[in-house]
Amino acid sequence: MDRNRLQHQAASMRRSLFDQGYLDEPFIQLEELQDDASPNFVQEIVTLFYTDSARLIQNIEHALNSRPIDFDKLDDYMHRFKGSSSSIGAKKVMNECTVFREYCSAENAEGCFRSFQQVKQDHAILRRKLEVYLQMVRQAAVSQTT
Amino acid sequence: MVLGNDASSSSLSNKNLSVLVVDDDPLIRMLHDNYLKHFGLKPLVVENGKEAVDLFQLGTSFDLILMDKEMPIMNGVEATKALRDMGATSMIVGVTSRGSPSEMQAFMEAGLDFCFEKPLTFDMIDFILKELNVNDDDDTNN
Repeated sequence: MDRNRLQHQAASMRRSLFDQGYLDEPFIQLEELQDDASPNFVQEIVTLFYTDSARLIQNIEHALNSRPIDFDKLDDYMHRFKGSSSSIGAKKVMNECTVFREYCSAENAEGCFRSFQQVKQDHAILRRKLEVYLQMVRQAAVSQTT
Repeated sequence: MVLGNDASSSSLSNKNLSVLVVDDDPLIRMLHDNYLKHFGLKPLVVENGKEAVDLFQLGTSFDLILMDKEMPIMNGVEATKALRDMGATSMIVGVTSRGSPSEMQAFMEAGLDFCFEKPLTFDMIDFILKELNVNDDDDTNN
């Protein structure tokens, strides 16, 4: 595909990620750190985020299914998840983590379950969109050198 | 020592600053490590407060310590108190995702110079480095 078209598609995808509220400012900082010395920095950070968050999701699921529910433990896990999400600019995920923690502090199990489903959904959607976007960026970069 | 207007972001003026990043989250460690490298720094990175205290006990000192609050083994509050009790004069900057005023106040009272809510931004690092260079300049003039 034509290089300019690829770049345009990648830019459009990126814009929609911000416009739809999936990403915000910290992601821009990640992009600014990517250079010739660290050409895959954004991909590396995103990969690390999804590896770490997959483990946290598993821990949260286990904690939610335990009886009685340990809301302090749940809050700790979600605090960590929220921290990671905010650090890469995963805005929707981070906001839903905040909602979850509010239910946690109220010891509202039903609210926690509902909110957690939303966290997982937003997390999965962002992952798919980032995979597509980063692939577009890679393709555009390769087409520049040919 | 005369500083230029953009000294805080100048790699040349920062290259002699020693920095320690203390965080149990590998994602945050990688992020902060790269943020600081962006400013020309070469940070050392450890996983919890005890490792930071151990380094100090071995005689290692740092101009700047970025200290997470919630960590296993020894958290940021405990580590900051321990470092100050041992006479550490480093600039210690707390970085926490627990941002309620009371929590940040408690962290500050442990001996921090500043406390920021995660995520760190380039502006925050710029501010910190300006403060470090200003302090350095004051020490030189005194």
